[in-house]
Formats: sequence, C-alpha cells, structure tokens
Amino acid sequence: MEPNASNPAPHTASSRPILRRGHTYGSVTEQISAVVLTRPTPRSWMVGFAIGFVLLMMLLVAVTYLFYRGVGIWGVRVPVAWGFAIVNFVWWIGIGHAGTLISAILLLFRQEWRTSINRFAEAMTLFAVACAGMFPLLHLGRPWVFYWLFPYPDTMRLWPQWRSPLVWDVFAVSTYATVSLMFWYVGLIPDAGSMRDRARHRFARIFYGILAMGWRGAATHWHRYKIAYLLLAGLATPLVLSVHSVVSMDFTIGIVPGWHTTIFPPYFVAGAIFSGFAMVMSLTIPVRKIYGLEDFFTIRHLDNMAKVLLATGMMVSYGYLMETFIAWYSNSPFEIFEVMNRAKGPYAFFFWMMIACNVLAPQVFWFRKARRNIPTLFIVSIVVNIGMWLERFVIVVVSLHRDFIPSAWRMYYPTFWDWATLFGSVGLFLTLMFLFIRLLPMISMFELREQVAEQVEKGEPKP
Amino acid sequence: MKPESGTNAPLDLAEIRSRLAASRGKQFWRSLEEVAQTPRFQEFVHREFPVDASIWEDGVSRRQFLHIMAASFALAGLSGCRQPEEEIVPYVRQPEGVVPGMPLFYATAMSLGGYALGLLVESHEGRPTKIEGNPQHPASLGSTDVFAQASILSLYDPDRSQTVVNAGEISTWSLFFAALTAALVGQASTHGAGLRILTETVSSPTLVSQLHAVLERFPQAKWHQFEPLARDNARDGARLAFDADVETQYRFDQANVVLSLDADFLTTGPGWVRYAREFVDKRRVRAGQATMNRLYAIESAPSNTGAMADHCLTVTAGEVEDFARAVARELGVIAGSGARLESRHEKWVKAVVRDLQKNQGACVVVAGDPQPPVVHALVHAINDALGNTGRTIVFTEPVAANPVNQHQSLRELVGDMNAGKVEALVILGGNPVYDAPADLRFAEAMAKVKLRFHLGCYDDETARLCHWHVPQTHYLESWSDARAFDGTVTIMQPLIAPMYLAKSVHEVMAAILGRPDPTSHDLVRDYWRTHGLDDNKLWQKSLHDGVVAGTAFAAKTVTLRKFDTQRTARAEKGASLEINFRPDPKVWDGRFANNGWLQELPHPITRLTWDNVAWIAPATAELLGLANGDLVELHWHGRSVQAPVWIAPGQSPRAVSVALGYGRTVAGRVGSGVGFNAYSLRTSDAPWFGPGLEIKKLGQSYPLASTQEQNSMEGRDLVRAGSLGEFQANPAFAKGEPEPPSLYPGFKYEGHKWGLTIDLTACIGCGACVVACQSENNIPVVGRREVATGRAMHWLRIDRYYRGALDSPETFFEPMPCMHCENAPCELVCPVGATVHTDEGLNAMVYNRCVGTRYCSNNCPYKVRRFNFFQYSDVKTPCLKLMHNPQVTVRNRGVMEKCTFCIQRIQNAKITADKENRPVRDGEIATACQAVCPTQAIVFGDINDANSRVAKLKAQPTNYVLLAELNARPRTSYLARLRNPNPEMES
Repeated sequence: MEPNASNPAPHTASSRPILRRGHTYGSVTEQISAVVLTRPTPRSWMVGFAIGFVLLMMLLVAVTYLFYRGVGIWGVRVPVAWGFAIVNFVWWIGIGHAGTLISAILLLFRQEWRTSINRFAEAMTLFAVACAGMFPLLHLGRPWVFYWLFPYPDTMRLWPQWRSPLVWDVFAVSTYATVSLMFWYVGLIPDAGSMRDRARHRFARIFYGILAMGWRGAATHWHRYKIAYLLLAGLATPLVLSVHSVVSMDFTIGIVPGWHTTIFPPYFVAGAIFSGFAMVMSLTIPVRKIYGLEDFFTIRHLDNMAKVLLATGMMVSYGYLMETFIAWYSNSPFEIFEVMNRAKGPYAFFFWMMIACNVLAPQVFWFRKARRNIPTLFIVSIVVNIGMWLERFVIVVVSLHRDFIPSAWRMYYPTFWDWATLFGSVGLFLTLMFLFIRLLPMISMFELREQVAEQVEKGEPKP
Repeated sequence: MKPESGTNAPLDLAEIRSRLAASRGKQFWRSLEEVAQTPRFQEFVHREFPVDASIWEDGVSRRQFLHIMAASFALAGLSGCRQPEEEIVPYVRQPEGVVPGMPLFYATAMSLGGYALGLLVESHEGRPTKIEGNPQHPASLGSTDVFAQASILSLYDPDRSQTVVNAGEISTWSLFFAALTAALVGQASTHGAGLRILTETVSSPTLVSQLHAVLERFPQAKWHQFEPLARDNARDGARLAFDADVETQYRFDQANVVLSLDADFLTTGPGWVRYAREFVDKRRVRAGQATMNRLYAIESAPSNTGAMADHCLTVTAGEVEDFARAVARELGVIAGSGARLESRHEKWVKAVVRDLQKNQGACVVVAGDPQPPVVHALVHAINDALGNTGRTIVFTEPVAANPVNQHQSLRELVGDMNAGKVEALVILGGNPVYDAPADLRFAEAMAKVKLRFHLGCYDDETARLCHWHVPQTHYLESWSDARAFDGTVTIMQPLIAPMYLAKSVHEVMAAILGRPDPTSHDLVRDYWRTHGLDDNKLWQKSLHDGVVAGTAFAAKTVTLRKFDTQRTARAEKGASLEINFRPDPKVWDGRFANNGWLQELPHPITRLTWDNVAWIAPATAELLGLANGDLVELHWHGRSVQAPVWIAPGQSPRAVSVALGYGRTVAGRVGSGVGFNAYSLRTSDAPWFGPGLEIKKLGQSYPLASTQEQNSMEGRDLVRAGSLGEFQANPAFAKGEPEPPSLYPGFKYEGHKWGLTIDLTACIGCGACVVACQSENNIPVVGRREVATGRAMHWLRIDRYYRGALDSPETFFEPMPCMHCENAPCELVCPVGATVHTDEGLNAMVYNRCVGTRYCSNNCPYKVRRFNFFQYSDVKTPCLKLMHNPQVTVRNRGVMEKCTFCIQRIQNAKITADKENRPVRDGEIATACQAVCPTQAIVFGDINDANSRVAKLKAQPTNYVLLAELNARPRTSYLARLRNPNPEMES
C-alpha cells in the first residue's frame, strides 16, 4: 500500500506511529502470536473469563425461564410492549457498527491506523451482532415460530408482510451478520496460516490448519486474498449505513410520537458508530495493558478513536437538537408533549443522564490532553456506552409510555429478568471476547508486517 | 391484606385546586396525582425501577397470583406453549333439536335481592355459554347487567360447593335427609317451636308456597329473612306513608325532570336495567329533535347516577333528609320552618322545585335505599303533591313475599338463638355469618343452636359454622320461578343438569315437608298447575317466552295518610365524619366475591379492580395528609377495620364511603382475602350510614390495581361534551377537523362496511359491556398483580374522565373498543401479516399466525390491543373448559388479541342470510357489548346501508371520531355527550 499522502509532517498527531518504531517482521509476529501460543494465560484473563461465563450462565437461566413462562416475566406491558429486549437489541447492534466501519470504510479510505484494531473491532462486531440477534428472537411472544419472519416456501403459501420494518430488519441484521463474519474470517486466513506454522501442539495445528484453509502465502493467494478482501470491504461499506438505518425504521415507520421522525436513519448510524467506537475503546484499553500490546495499540489509535467519538457525538447531539426542533416546528401537540415528557416527565432523569453521557462527556475530547489520557479515555468510553443504552431506553420506553390516549398511559418497570437478560448478554459478549483473545491473534499480524515494511520505506532503520 | 411499608406523599390539593381554577376551557382530568403533577410521579423518578424488581423473590404473592390464575381461568400449569391433546367424541345419537355448532337459546331468569331479571341463555350442545337479556321480560327489555353476565362464570366456578359436608367431612344426601328428618321429628311434638328457617328475600311463588306449607306443618316455627342489602327503608317508608306494603315502580319514560335523593337508580335497585333504558331514551338528542329530560342528583358518594346528572350536589347521606324536607316544604307537603339549608342549597332546591312544578305529573322524585323511612315517606308525599302518582309512579303489591324489616327479623332470630329457643336452624342461601350486622354477633348466637343446616352454592363462612352444609344448585341448573320488579313471573328453566351433587332450594324444602323425592321440575310444575298454568301449552309458552303472561301486578291505589314527619335523630353538625356503607357494583353484597370477571371489572368510578377502598373526599385527604392507597384505620362505634383510602372527587368531605362485600375469608381461590370487610363495622341500627367515624393514618400503603394510571386528558379532545343549548346553537359543535386529503384513492368497500357508534350521552358507565365482551370472547382473568402491571385483557375498556372543580366534578364515561381503522396502523407493522383487513373493513386478528412481536400494540394509537404475556387462559380446569364460547378461539400464550366486532356473530348472521337467500338485515347482528347495553348506547351495523341505524347515527352532527388527525379513519365513532343543565342554575 502506498503511504498516506495526507500526513507528511513528522510532528502532527496523525504522523505519530501506529506501530512503535523498531519492530521487525519477526518481533511483530512473535509478540502477537505469543499471546495465544506460548505465553501463560494471565490471571486477569481467568478472572475476566470467569465473570463473563457466570453472566452467560445467568443468561441461560433467564432464557430458559423465559421460554418456560413467557415474556410476561419481563416488565413489558401495555402500552410499553417493547422493553429492555428491544433497547438491548438496538444497543448491541449499534456497538456492532464499529468493526465494519473500521475494517471496511477505513480500509477503503486507506486509513492505515485501522490495522492494529481492525481484527479486534471486527470480532467485537461479530459478538455484538450475536448478542443483538438474540434479542428480537427472545422478545417474541412465541419464539418457537420465529422463522415465520423469513420468506420460506411453506405449504400455506404464506409470506412475510413486506411492509413491516421488522421484516426488513431480519434481512438487514442477518446480512450484516453474514458479511461481518465473512469479512472477519477472510481477514483471518493469512494469520491462521502463521499460527498453524508456529503452533507446536498437534491439536492447535489442526485447529489453525483448518482455519487457514490451506494458506501457503503464495503470490496467487495474496493476489486473490486482496481482491476478495477489497470486494468484501465494498460489500460491507453500504451495510454500515444500511443496517442501522433499517433498524431505525423499526421506529420511524410507527406513528408513535418520538418514533415517527425522518432524522432517525442518519442519527442512528451516527449513534451506532459513536457507541461502537466507545466499546472498542473500552475493550482495547485494558487489553493493551494486560498483554503489553502498547506497541500495537498506540496512543495514536486512541487519539483517533477519541476524535471519532467527538465527531459522532456531535452528530448525535445534532440529532437530539433536531428532534426537539422538529417537534416544536411540527406544531403537533403529541410531538410537543412527547419532547416535554422526555425532559420533564417521570423518566426525565434518564433523559438528562443521556444528555450528560452522550452530549457533554465527549466534549472533553476537544482537548488533546484528554485524548491521550488513558483513564479519561476509558471512563468517557464507558460513560458513552451507558449513555447510548439510555438513548435507546428513552426512545423505546419513554416514547411508548405516554402516547395518544392518556387513559392508557402507564409506567414501565423492568423486572429482575430484564436485568438478568441485559447483563447475561454482556456475559455472552465477554465470554466470546475472552475466548477470541485466547484462541486467535487479536491483531492482524500480516497487516502489521506491512506497516513495518512501510516504515522501512519511509526511511526507518531496516528490520 | 398485605401492607407495604412506607407511605405515599400526600397530595397538595390546594395546588391542584389552583391549577384547575387556572385552567381554561374544557379541561378534562383523570385523577389527582396527575393534576398535581407532583407526588407519586416525582417518587418514580427518584426510586429507580422499584415495583416489579422483586417479581421472583416475592414468594407469597407469586403463589397467591398463581392461585388466582388457576381458579379463575388464568394460567393453570406451567407447561407452556401448546394446548393439551385430547380425544373428542361426537354424538352417537343426536338429541332432538340439537344441531352441533348451532347454539340454542332458552329463557330463564336470574334473581338478585328477590327481583328477577329475564334472560335468554345461549347453549352449545348442552353447555350454557352466554347470557343475553330477554326482550320480552319487563325488567330486561333485552339487556342485562354485570351480575347476570358474570353468573355464567359462577356456574362453572371450580370452587363451588360440590358435596354434602357434615362437620367438615364429606357426607351424602341420604345421611343429610336422615339427619334433617330426625331433627324435624323432634320438632313435631312442639309444633316446630325450636325450628327456624332463614332465607334471603323471597319472591319465588313456589318457594313461598313451600314455606307456608312448612309453617302450616310446624305452626310454632318461624321464617326469618335477611339479606344485608334488603330494602327495609323503602318498605318502612311505604308503610309510614300508606300504612301498606307497596312496591314503587317508576315510569322514567314519562318523566321530564328527575330528582334523585341518594338513589343510584341507574345502576342498582329493582328494575334498573329497564329504568336506565327508559331514562336514557328521554335524553337521546338527534338532529331535528332536541328535547332532553333533566336529572338532579343529591348524593353522598359519587355514583353512576350522579355522573349522569345535569346537576349533582354532594352532601352527606344524613343531610339528604334536610333536602327532602326542604323540597317538601317548598311544595307545601309539610309545614313549618325546620332546619334551614345553606343559602346556596336553598337556592338550588328552590330552582329544582320550580322545575318540578313546571313538570307536574311528568317528573319524579326517587329516594335511595340508604335513606331512612321518613325520607321515603316524604318522597311519596312529594310525588303525590306533584301529581306523579299514577303517571310517573305506580304502586303495586310488593314483589317480595311476606316483606319484613329484615334487620329486625334477624335481630329476633338472634334473640331467640341467644335465649336458647332455637333447636334447629335451616339457612336457605345467604351468608349471615359474613354479612350480618356486627352488633348482632350472629356467629356467636348461631353457635348456641344445636343443629344447623346450611344450603348454599359455596362452602362459605356460614357453611363452615354449620353442622350440615349441602350444595345448592346454580340458577342455571335447576327449576324455579321468580318475580320481576313489576311482579311478572318467570319460570326459571335449567340449562344444564347439576354439575355436582347439588339440589335446589325447592327440593330441600320438599324434604323438610317430608318428601325428599320430587325433582324441582315437578315441584315447580305442580305449583303452577294449580296457579294458572295447568294447560301444557300455556306452560310451554311461558317457558319459551320467559314470562308468564298476565302475572304483572296491577297498579294499586294507595292513599297517603298523615304520618309522623319527625326528623330522624342526627348528630350535631360538623362533629365528625359520617360513614356510608354502599353495595359494591362488582361483588354486590359479597356473594360474587369468587367471580374473577367481577373482581377484575374496573369499578365504574375509581377504575380499581380486585379491592374495595374507603372513599375520601379530596378535602379529607388534604386534612389528613393521605394519598391513594394509604392504609387507615376506620373507627366506628367501638369497632375498627383497616382499609386503603382512595381520593374520590365528588365524595362528600364530611363522609367516608366504604363498599360492602369484600374481605371474605372463605370465598374461594379468587375471593378470599380480597379487600377489607366493611361488615365488621356495620350495625343493625345504622346499616347504611351514621356519624362518628374516626380515621387514623397508619403510615403504610397498600398496592391497589387500577386499570389506568393517573393521568389528565392533557387538553386532548377525546370526550367531546356540550350542553343542549350549545347543541341547538351549533349542532356540529363536536366535529373536529375534516379528514386530511390523500393522494391515493381509498379502498372501495362494496359489500358490507361494518361500523360502530357509541353514544356518550347514553353511556351510564355500568360496565355490563365489559363483562359481556369477556364472556362472549373467552377473555381470561389475569389477577391483581397483572392488572397492576398493565396487562388487563379486557377488549373493551371504559375510560372515565373528570371535568371542572375537584370537589364536585362532572364525570364522563367513554367506552373504548377496537376502532377498526380503515388505515389501521397496526396492520402495517406486523411482520407476519397476523393482523389484516377484511374486505368488509374489519381489522382482523389471525391468532394462529401471530408470533408476538407486539409492534401492533405499540403502533395502536388507541391502545386497545391486548397481549397474552403468560398463558392466561385456563385450558386445563375441566369445568372452565365447558364455559368457553366454541365459536371463539381460546388464545394461548404469546399472541395478541383485541376486539373483533364479534366477528363470529357477523359470520353467523351472514350464513343465516345466505341460507335464506336475502341480505343481512339491519339489527340482525348485535355485538356482545351492544346486546347487553341497558341504554343501547352502542350500535353496530353496515355503513353501506344508508338506512341502517349505524349509518344514520354516523350522519348525526354530533358524530366524531377519536384522533381524526392521524388519518387512521376509525370505524368506531362517538356521539358527543350532551347535558341538559337548568338555565336558571347556570351561573
């Protein structure tokens, strides 16, 4: 790849290395593969995995009880017929946006700094989409007939109802999950080859050997790999925009005040990238510390991600502003009431928390010091994650709990099982994430080797 | 009752008042918390997710919840998703007249308080499934009430008494008869001096003849009657005025002006179903015809009648007498000055009297059952002075046989029992251990009786204290007869053989007379053979029609005598609070406590389910710092009970009202332990009201389950109301904006185009439609907890709104079924097409296809969709399975449901019309809610037929649809609420 022409000056922030100088092909491969192959499993991994696994088991209990009794175990009711399940779904699917954005769009835009974090972010995307995909299914009144949402040839000649955004959603999410998986896996093949070659244990060799699909590093392999990867990136790019746009249509098609607005698709996409980057940041900061990967996940990465957070945070803020403005401008009493109810109603606390988390907190990233301060980065990224969850809560629950006919208004309270499912899904995510860290190279080794080569080209000392 | 710790913040009522005073225009509000915008809502904000977080840890209440569900068809087992697989067997030999799948209707009657309501009962292959009114019956005119509608659930109640019980052990009828005979043989020597029979109010001619036969055989025996809501005051009042026992009948169809003195004649009392119809028929205003009757109400606690009134005055029950006197004085019925009313009340009374006098002979004054005899007597004199007797008021023989003052009757019985004079007590129905006045200590006295027999539908509080309890048949299981409020007799036919080892009261009476063998059919038939129905054809016709022709009492001429008009003794004014005992509109005197439909029916005024509360006025709440649901201790005459309070706008600030009928201890799985027992305060000397109540705040609160949370109308134009004057000035005052234009041509409904109208002027808010819908459409009961969560399943709900001042607001009712929108927002969003539109404009629900995304509910602007969050329908309890309407799917867990406009009835009518090769006639299809409605507020039909009633109503200038601006084009529309205030009193 060609060096990025836009950052020639050696002292600008973007020129800071995305890979600590002095690395060689060998040291890069050695350090990253060692996490999986040779280094002992750190205690912190054990603790983290245990926490994730316990939460996952809680999810299992919660889901079993859910299937046994019915969705009544949750706090959903009339009028708030969608509760935590949909909030969590939108939240996870938003988180799942960072990976593809980093991998595909930044690849197409030739942002080399993506190299260190793309595998990690893609894995995160995949697991987040897995968590997300679970919720629409769980939330069905009759989950055992979920496949009725798919257009399959059945004897009754029934078809899904294509005007419903929930059907679009099925396609958007399943397409996204498929493409994300392919993208992630294709990008993993060369490294799987490296792992196969380095692994000593027979079992590990077979495992990585299967994953590597006979990768031998031949020029033809590289040629085809590059084409496939670029094509997939091209395929995935529109998905980044489309998936969350479609998810937002789950709401905009409805006539509920607070849902029925045209700004939702772009505003949801921005929000998704916002939360996705926050999640990547929340995960990389501890991982780079624990595994000593500061050479690869450098300050420059964090700095760039903080900038993305700031930018998307501003977009989200603009969304909030426009929602309010349009409600006023529409002169619809229902829309105006909805906005007032968010700000002053019984759930006002959550609305203002959301504003604090999503609008105010990222503003610290105007300051370079904050962008380079690890604790600040970590705390803000967590705050943004919470804020984005609250945003979905405000959209789903607060809009529904008071709509047109006041006699039907009612408060919504989640139950123990709502919380168990939310934290259980976090458990699923953490479990998968920890397994990924333990079993696969979390950083793309071959792409980093390319970076080494580029540094050499730029006049760095020869590796 | 399980109190919750902590208390709700008291309401700042001064703030509410000032808010209401500051509001402009037609502001509707729903209840207090929301107007205040303060206390509880603030709390919600601060307490993060409090209520349901403990759903799985709360072992006791969850168990209780399961109990309720299991009992009253809700979730039975936890087995989950599918219906059990069972084999069915068709008829081998088909009974004559039965076509499988085609229901048959039989005429019968239900008796409450001795007054019969004529019914037609729908029967599917021998199972009664739905109650309808009998159009030929004078008390019904085709409509019914909540009790009749819900009685079908009582029939199939798994908690009904099923076997003979002797001292807690299962026994047999033959042993019971042996014990009874032995006791009676012992009595023979003393001519029955130690025998007492206790019944409820009796109007059944057969039973009366049997009772007389018993008294002939045992001349020394005594027959006592007691029912806690007996109309003693009306009886005594009539005796005072006329020196005779008479029944008062009203002719509201002749009355232009009605004055109610604490009488809730629109939803309780004899003949109310007919009275409501006649009253409302005089109020229907249509284009071109604009006369309305006018209703003045003086009441101590908010009631449906007060809500319908054009002028409603709130006073204490004890003060009503002063108003009766003031009216009497104005009319010159009584002389003297007497106690003067406040000047504004004086003005009010003068205006009312002028209005009454303008309508001499075409007005009526009604006194309520709680009012003392002298008020009833005064009202008789007032009506006489106004020339109403014979016109709007008709007197007849009493409907109840041998009318007595029942509290006096019970007092005598208790005296005899305490004196040891009673050796054998036979209780035929009723539950005196639970509902007898507390001061009589009935249970203690009864314990002194050597041998106690109890006949009843339930093994209840009284049964537990009797040596023998024998199960009584439900009225749908046995032959009997009963009189309506006008004396008309209905022969009650059984719809089903007794489901358990139960016998009717006639059979038990026959056993007392030494003939344990004859069936109730023979007994009733034999009686009527000698009383005018000897001819079999006549008998058949009487059974078929549901009325025995010519049995209505003729009008009786009575002469008003000079009576002692001395004022009933009363306490000094302002000394203390007054307590009011009221019948409950849901469980009546407690007899329906185990009926899940009635327990879950929202109270017409408070919208509360599952509990009774002590109603306090907003001012009282302010004074004592109480909020809804706060527990208080009510002290009255040395007795006390704990009760949650409810702030009821329109309640007298100097009185507290409590509903009777709750706090049952042995009612069954549904009714035991629900609410508090107000009978524990009630005494025989003041069974309805009395001063001297003290309230103590306990600092705890009790979770009440309301079907709607506190909300104002937020200035939305949902109920549109105006006065007759406004209507005359601008008949289209309620019309909203015109329908928004559309680029697309609308769908052409070429065949039928079903639509519904609801006349808000006619709706009295009684709730009969809600229970009728529940019965017709197999709607499950979900239990208190689920109602509190917001999961009540009623397809049709009645919204209640207030307008005006906090202390005496106007009350409005608005029934809300599915609107069947032409552009239904719910249909668009269903991913599997489980809710679709028919070419007749119905918004149909395909349960089998529903996967339960619940998006349709979110997108329904009217929020009329209901979701099966759990397996609510009981598909396991065998007897409850019999009750289901076979033409309506019993829904399982995880599917959405909602009002279908009774599509099964539409289909039936269409099939019949097809077979007869004719179009469906207007009026041939009546939805369940329409059929039951006493005031015919609901009209269903084909809008494409310009001559149909519904099309004509939709053409009325007062017709409007809710939320027209959403362009959903609902098929359900409303006729605006009209009132007829006295121009003289408008200020």
